[in-house]
Amino acid sequence: MSVRALLQSRWLPAVAVAAIVVVLPLLFPSMYYYRVAALVFIFALAVVGLNLLMGFAGQVSLGHAGFLGIGAYAVAIGPVHLGLPSWLCLLAGAAISGAVAFMVGRPILRLKGHYLAVATLGFGLLVAIVLTNEAGWTGGPDGMNVPTLALFGWRARGSGTWYWIAGLTFVVGFLLARNLMESPTGRALQAIHDSEIAACVLGIDVASKKLTIFIISAVYASVAGSYLALFNGLVTPDVAGFLRSIELVAMVVLGGMGSIFGSLVGAVVLVVLPQVLTIFHEYEQALLGLIVMVFMIFLRRGIVPSLAASFAGWRK
Amino acid sequence: MAELLQFVFSGLTVGAIYALVALGFTLIYNASDIINFAQGEFVMLGGMTTVFVALAGVPLPLAALIAVIVTTAVGFALHRFAIDPARGASPVAAIMITIGASVFLRGLAQIVFDKRFHSLPPLFGSDPIQIGGAAILPQSFVVLGGAAIIVVLLRLLVDRTMLGKAVIATAANRLAARLIGVNTRHIVDFSFAVSAAIGAIAGILVTPITLTSYDVGTLLALKGFAAAMLGGIGSAPGAVIGGLLIGMTEALSAGYLSSNYKDAVAFLIILVVLVAMPHGLLGRVKVERV
Repeated sequence: MSVRALLQSRWLPAVAVAAIVVVLPLLFPSMYYYRVAALVFIFALAVVGLNLLMGFAGQVSLGHAGFLGIGAYAVAIGPVHLGLPSWLCLLAGAAISGAVAFMVGRPILRLKGHYLAVATLGFGLLVAIVLTNEAGWTGGPDGMNVPTLALFGWRARGSGTWYWIAGLTFVVGFLLARNLMESPTGRALQAIHDSEIAACVLGIDVASKKLTIFIISAVYASVAGSYLALFNGLVTPDVAGFLRSIELVAMVVLGGMGSIFGSLVGAVVLVVLPQVLTIFHEYEQALLGLIVMVFMIFLRRGIVPSLAASFAGWRK
Repeated sequence: MAELLQFVFSGLTVGAIYALVALGFTLIYNASDIINFAQGEFVMLGGMTTVFVALAGVPLPLAALIAVIVTTAVGFALHRFAIDPARGASPVAAIMITIGASVFLRGLAQIVFDKRFHSLPPLFGSDPIQIGGAAILPQSFVVLGGAAIIVVLLRLLVDRTMLGKAVIATAANRLAARLIGVNTRHIVDFSFAVSAAIGAIAGILVTPITLTSYDVGTLLALKGFAAAMLGGIGSAPGAVIGGLLIGMTEALSAGYLSSNYKDAVAFLIILVVLVAMPHGLLGRVKVERV
């Protein structure tokens, strides 16, 4: 395969992402970098799912951290209270998130624009409120400890291990998302994004396609939430909070709606930035808000699509 | 019975604040189709600025006036320097800008002020008034009265002045408004400034009862947003009714069901209303033409 053919291959982004995951550790001077990178991949996974919903199907969710919370608490409550193995709880969490998304999504996804935004927001808050108040199960506002993930006697501990788990899962999630977008479902979703009525006229079952993508994005978020909890060894209701939801949406929008690679970029910016800003701990929130505003005003399409557009212009 | 009355009054009091926040949303939404998530921060700024200016030795009424002016300026600046440069952005992008602004203002308040809770002295003392066995704080009446005055003034402003007509024209059809010589940019500036002022006044009025801190804005914005949605976004009477209804349900469910879940009940109702009546109680149904 010539270089040109590789550059134009539809596998290029996937190969590039896998290469990033493999090569990156060579540049890491300390364990701390593994930790940050693992967080980036975990968030990027949730963001890819949300991007499918926002960027491709054109539906907003301001409550996606709710699914993050379901996944996170599944791997906490299952092993601690029910004695189930963590990996089973991770899968169960994903299944519950999917089921919840199905039940909530059916009525909610009929709503449009701001109404959908407030409905998803309400859903996310409900999850956070339940997690905060059911202290007997969840430990209340202080949260609870999460037992280590164990598979056949092997225990997933430490930033290095989680870097590889999160990185590989992200590559898989990335590939699945790309494939989905090039499937008939993906094309149908993009048609819905452009014009729901036109899509309907074309014979696309708009409601069921939207619901499908909502469920898929919920499962992505849930798995990311489980990883987050297992990696941190601790979970608090903040994981499902309003700010988390906003952070996820901000990652999607910063990286570029409809750009799956942008999801990774968005996660990098918003995970790494607070780490850098800890020096200015006092100013962290103000700067975060300022960055979101500035990006939305001047780089509205997101980092990756904007760069791609200027690159295309430069090549001409 | 006394208990019920007690709950109803506390519901009306918080409901009046939600109604004012919802009114702020409505004003901005009508003028610009933007949902301003920083609306709750206006309420916070009103309360916090008054507290800190008063701490600096300024008499309370003057401190309150300064707080309203400062918040109004912030509202104006929010539109001029963040929303207006991004004209033509998608609704999601516009929402993200206002959310960014809200996080920014909260972060700023944390630095300029502090992270503690603060209160203000109530206007007419804190001896509760006995009505039908219920003990009601005098400040509750101040909040209700203040909210009613603001609603009436806003109504008069919109109905009786040229400026108000221009606001209505802008809300109805921006292009047509521009064609008849309305500077719609100034109208949107004005809407942001007025809803910031309304938010600030709400914040000052309610601080003696609920206290204030740098982060009270988020939940207030969400409840106010929910109230606006419940009433039907874009409808001013709807915003007031929605606010009072949410305040009332919250107080009643806190009293009779569980105080932990009072926020949950409010949002549950919103979900049900949105699904059953997607345009809210008084909202107009828009028909999309192809």
